[in-house]
Amino acid sequence: MADLKGWKELAIGGVIDKPSTAKEYQTGTWRVIRPVYKPENCINCMFCWLYCPDQAVEIEVVDGKPKMKGFNYYYCKGCGLCANVCPKSNDKLPEEKRAIVMKPETEFQD
Amino acid sequence: MALNIMQLATMFADKNPGITQGHRLCPGCAAPNVAKFALMTAESLGYTPVVGLATGCLEVSTTIFPYTAWNVPYIHNAFENVAATISGVETAYRALAKRGRIVDPDKKYAFFAFGGDGGTYDIGLQSLSGAVERGHKFIYIVYDNEGYMNTGNQRSGATPPGSQTTTQPVGKKLPGKIQLKKNIVEIMAGHENVYVATVSTSEPMDFFKKIEKALQFDGPAFIAAFSPCVRFWRVNDDKAVDISKLAIETGYWPLYEVERGVYRITKKVKELKPVKEFIEAQGRFRNLLKRPDADEIIGELQEYITRRWERLHILEEATKDKPIR
Repeated sequence: MADLKGWKELAIGGVIDKPSTAKEYQTGTWRVIRPVYKPENCINCMFCWLYCPDQAVEIEVVDGKPKMKGFNYYYCKGCGLCANVCPKSNDKLPEEKRAIVMKPETEFQD
Repeated sequence: MALNIMQLATMFADKNPGITQGHRLCPGCAAPNVAKFALMTAESLGYTPVVGLATGCLEVSTTIFPYTAWNVPYIHNAFENVAATISGVETAYRALAKRGRIVDPDKKYAFFAFGGDGGTYDIGLQSLSGAVERGHKFIYIVYDNEGYMNTGNQRSGATPPGSQTTTQPVGKKLPGKIQLKKNIVEIMAGHENVYVATVSTSEPMDFFKKIEKALQFDGPAFIAAFSPCVRFWRVNDDKAVDISKLAIETGYWPLYEVERGVYRITKKVKELKPVKEFIEAQGRFRNLLKRPDADEIIGELQEYITRRWERLHILEEATKDKPIR
């Protein structure tokens, strides 16, 4: 949100006249653990995309097939659901073989 | 046409399915997925969704002023009247279409109403019953998180026995809620000419299929979606899908549909797991498990669930190919 508007500038009844303005709101600041994507282990099953409650998984279509691109950290709240539903990221697999690894946010600089 | 995940991913790779990012539901909440799955199905089948939303978690956290996380026509509602409002919208659409005042008459619309369990099981029940009885063509989806989670975990008609809530805490005198969960599916299936189904986000294909069926059904549809509240069920943020799976495997949330009185179990579980597994996985039952009479209360719930499961099979057998009308 840029600036707060006064009551004279607001629409009558507080009507929001544009759709999906929530996209401006950064929910990524809530995150304490960060999903890290490892493309070499990914099988593009799209489960993470399907289950992400914040639609923070970015995908693209290559040759008519969806491909996982990575995470949008502007929106990702770090719930870890993507790593939990990922067939290539269960607890039995060693960390270097997983497609999504959850790491604490303190390990990152940005 | 049966939808699959790959098709949907191709279709929605660069656009949002009705609900967008930036909503402020808790991390790991299942409610946005319920909305996402439903709207995605409708849009991929060529419908334009129109959404009405009863007060609840989903409503208050997607529409915090000056933001809205919806990019489809959307109406805000009070707790009790979302079914009444959406039936009004649907009637207005039909009236305008009759007078030829719809700009694009070939466009198909799907009218969705979303409500939490408080707004459906308790407060909004009479308007929902009325709208279904009048036979408006809309789809009511309840995301059942078993309590008034938006205001901080108060007891609702959907709360299971033995669960810890702020209005019925587990203590020395009382083991939390005493009563069983209200069986909303049976209440709604008691209406005439209605399609009623239970869904869960852990079974996406089943979810899409039932929404598709509801869209093509000639009359109102009611969908009850199991939607774990990670915050007040006291489970980890990433466990919403695991808990849903467990609920289906234990028979706590049987997946079935009732179409004009014909029962059909859509997910057959060969052998039900004991419901204790489902209870032990959640922190909201922790205080119950500490009580000396815990086994007794869980035993009662187990007996109820087993009987309901058997009853469903009997009903499926008895009503096969025998619609009421």
